[in-house]
Amino acid sequence: MTDISITAPRKMLTTQEAADRRKQRRAKRFAAESRFKFLGLSAIIVAAAFLVILMSTIVGKSIPAFTQHYLVLPIDKSFIDPSEPENAKYNKEIRKAVGEALPFVKNRKDKKLMRGLVSSGAGTELRKAATADLADFMEEENTPILLSDFADLYAKGLIAANETVSPPAAITVEIEDDEYTIRSGNEVFGDFIRLANKTIDQKVAVIDRRIASLENAVSVRNSELAAAVSESDKQEIASNISSVEAEISQRSAERDKFLALQGDKGAFLPLDETMPSLLVWFGGGVVKASMVSPTAVVGEAIAPLSTKPDHEQGQWHYQQIDAAEENRKFSDKEVAYMEFLQRQDLVESKFSTIFFNNGASREAEMAGIWGAVVGSFYTMVVTLLLSFPLGVAAAIYLEEFAPKNRLTDIIEVNINNLAAVPSIVFGLLGLAIFLNGVNISFFGLFDISIGGGFRRSAAYVGGMVLALMTLPTIIIASRAALKSVPPSIREAAFGVGASHLQATFHHTLPLAIPGILTGTIIGMARALGETAPLLMIGMVAFIVDIPAWFNEPATVLPVQIYMWADLPEQAFQNKNAAAILVLLVFLVLMNAMAVFLRRRFERRW
Amino acid sequence: MVQYLFMALIMVAMAAYLIGRAKAFSIAAGNVSALHSRPVYHGTYLAILSAFPAFLAMVIWPAITNRYLDNAVLSRFGDHLSQLTLPETEAFLRDAKAIAYGGVIGFRDETKEAAAEVYLSLQSTADLILLCIVALLVLVGFLFAIGRIKVDMRARFFVEKFVLALLLASSVVAILATIGIVLSLLVETVRFFGKVSFFDFLFGIHWSPQSAFEAAGGNDITQDNSRVFGAIPLFTGTLLITLIAILVAAPVGLMSAIYLSDYASSSFRSFAKPMLEILAGIPTVVYGFFAALTVAPAIRGWGENLGLDVSSESALAAGLVMGIMIIPFVSSLSDDVINAVPQSLRDGSAALGATKSETIRKVVLPAALPGIVSALLLAISRAIGETMIVVMAAGLAANLTANPFEAVTTVTVQIVTLLVGDQEFDSAKTLAAFALGLVLFCITLGLNYIALKVVQKYREQYD
Repeated sequence: MTDISITAPRKMLTTQEAADRRKQRRAKRFAAESRFKFLGLSAIIVAAAFLVILMSTIVGKSIPAFTQHYLVLPIDKSFIDPSEPENAKYNKEIRKAVGEALPFVKNRKDKKLMRGLVSSGAGTELRKAATADLADFMEEENTPILLSDFADLYAKGLIAANETVSPPAAITVEIEDDEYTIRSGNEVFGDFIRLANKTIDQKVAVIDRRIASLENAVSVRNSELAAAVSESDKQEIASNISSVEAEISQRSAERDKFLALQGDKGAFLPLDETMPSLLVWFGGGVVKASMVSPTAVVGEAIAPLSTKPDHEQGQWHYQQIDAAEENRKFSDKEVAYMEFLQRQDLVESKFSTIFFNNGASREAEMAGIWGAVVGSFYTMVVTLLLSFPLGVAAAIYLEEFAPKNRLTDIIEVNINNLAAVPSIVFGLLGLAIFLNGVNISFFGLFDISIGGGFRRSAAYVGGMVLALMTLPTIIIASRAALKSVPPSIREAAFGVGASHLQATFHHTLPLAIPGILTGTIIGMARALGETAPLLMIGMVAFIVDIPAWFNEPATVLPVQIYMWADLPEQAFQNKNAAAILVLLVFLVLMNAMAVFLRRRFERRW
Repeated sequence: MVQYLFMALIMVAMAAYLIGRAKAFSIAAGNVSALHSRPVYHGTYLAILSAFPAFLAMVIWPAITNRYLDNAVLSRFGDHLSQLTLPETEAFLRDAKAIAYGGVIGFRDETKEAAAEVYLSLQSTADLILLCIVALLVLVGFLFAIGRIKVDMRARFFVEKFVLALLLASSVVAILATIGIVLSLLVETVRFFGKVSFFDFLFGIHWSPQSAFEAAGGNDITQDNSRVFGAIPLFTGTLLITLIAILVAAPVGLMSAIYLSDYASSSFRSFAKPMLEILAGIPTVVYGFFAALTVAPAIRGWGENLGLDVSSESALAAGLVMGIMIIPFVSSLSDDVINAVPQSLRDGSAALGATKSETIRKVVLPAALPGIVSALLLAISRAIGETMIVVMAAGLAANLTANPFEAVTTVTVQIVTLLVGDQEFDSAKTLAAFALGLVLFCITLGLNYIALKVVQKYREQYD
């Protein structure tokens, strides 16, 4: 058969072959079909994955922001004059109380570190609590004192993450001057040595890369030297080469030093601020290691220790902090102080009311979203009060009364165009017309100035700008809702003698209200999340006070998020994610309301 | 002051309404049907005539007095102000007003405090005059209207005409907004081109407005400034980011629309559609946060692992996230278009033995093509005008590059950078933002217009 098909001028297929080919072709087509379907499904999965990643990132980041750690200390309240609790010296008492909690901190520098554990706003918070309910405050035996953001992050385990190791061996301690030498029969610090060696490996790798690039530079320079003609050029290049070579030898020496440290297994490894840290706890105190070998540690005490020389297994342990001290904002001493306080159960985690009650602040632990929420509220009220009546009125006019003429055509085209204008352009409009005013000079003959004089940063200006932005949305939604009311309703009203206006306001409009409200809520949700136009009109200022009225400087939630996103502190990033969550909750509520209205009240005719 | 007056006016209107209605009842003497209009309309008539003129006066009054107050302060502090430049004078007035009425104060000094006092005293005089005017208007309107309430007075006609006028005025607000946009952008742009030449702006390749030279008195030296306001890098940056965004959004959005309309079961649709709507409802600042803090470092990390030099504000991160943002936009628009292709076309194709994907690729998509193109154009216009993602995730340096791993800047980023913070209003820097705004406005409107025309011109009429 194959012979025939080869020699035949035209392929003759048997039924069997034809069926096979058909089958093949069909299989190919079906494969294409399922590929296509799979592509469609994966597009949706990609979109869903983006959403999941986005939400999980934000939720994950936000969780630490909802709790706040406090130092709970007994403070003698006698310093408060009950007649004027707002004038008492809270910060002084806090400093005293913290000093009593860490009595071993003696020198000035360490005291400063210790005070830094407590927020600089702790006094303000106490004053607030005292003035709010003095009797309650005076009765409280233990007073919660706000920790600073780094101390708080440490308590949450987010910075200076560390590991506690309790080796199954005993140690002996020798004290000479202020130097403690801790020895053990076993290689109890082996874990830490491995950690330190890893850091050294990384350093060596960095130096190696640097040396490689320097050597590369030398070879480039050498070829330049060969090509150089003038004597001065040659000299310059030669001196350049020698300086680079000097650096290479310096780096190599550094590298060899590090390798030597690693090579000698039993010897002491010096620890500086570029290396991981080791804190050894025993006898009620802590020693910070300055040198370590697998079996011994040399260091000085941060917190005082009992003088007992021997400590059995279980009576001591050590803490190893992976990140080098120079790379973190929380030093070993601060870690030791915090550990010390935590061991006495003086640190307590509470739900962060500050986040919900405070306005903006430079201190991460004092910052809250209430100011932005209130600003958003005022802005939205103005937006709603302006855009809803205007939008509905315009929709009624265009849908029910407008004669078909040029003016109404222009209005319609305008509204559609306005809906497509980027939001930032509305900000430019607000800046130029509401805040500054536009001066037009007609060939020097006369000047006209329009607008201007509204207050920068005020919530009502933001509301006006957002109202203009929301207007087309509301008009379009309201027109659709009015259009969906069947003409029979109007005609029935006309039939009983209603005027056109009466028919509209008494019959058509009430039936269209659910649809109009749905559109309005969706428009308002968009306005609530809008940021760009508000940046233009100065609502991006740093405002500590919570706005009390529409004309006060304010910021809104999305702008607050924008401002916080610029701040490098991790605590701000957490608060920012939490603020986003709050914003999203508001948006979800609004959209749920719109869905509810649509389901519950909208009638299909 | 104004808010009390406003509340008083509302009270006046309510009282007038009640009085008018009562009077209508009393002149009807028990026979209400004898009245031409029902008493409600008489009441409304009286309320409108008593309160509305006064309300108008209240709205117009500040516009008149503001300028007068400024001029009065300027002339009184002429000695002090003659030494200041124009921007400084503006800042002086702004601070004085902020001291007087509250607000964000730049910094205070004695002269400003004195000026603030002048403002306050003049303002109280102005308020007093306004009070008199309002009271007079209320009185005249009330007396005029109450005398006209008669049995055969056509109060309803008046009220209906008034309401209709209000409705018309409301729809004119939309026009006013457009006029306002065009006017503010045009006027400032014209002033900008007085300082920087048009061609240098549109075709220059060097953008660094922070080095714009400001001569004393806010007068710029045109020659120097022309070299730093070349907007081409901004346009290419915007294009690059938009291109990346469309490369993400077009396939994902289109394919998900196809899947949802032709393949998905209704239960899957009821889960996937709201999911896409959620994606559409997330505020852009949240996307910006996500781009700047998660996507950009991740891309940088991957790039480093692959040995690429990726900027931490790479165009790729901003474009990618912007693409995610416009996925629902593309998918919902194309969904509408694909659903608009009549079922009979699909059925015909299926009858010829085509598989579903063949039907979609060879019948549905060609039929829906104009709509899809217009959807993509609208998506591009949305991406070009998008601000927050690029402000937070794209860079500030205007690099002329097509490398997605480098930082580029966009038109919207520059508008925000130029205008956020305190600036004197007359400098070329500030005005440049308006010129950029005008470019943005024209491009988005143009794209929308083309999208509309594409649909109109190539739309197939099936019914």
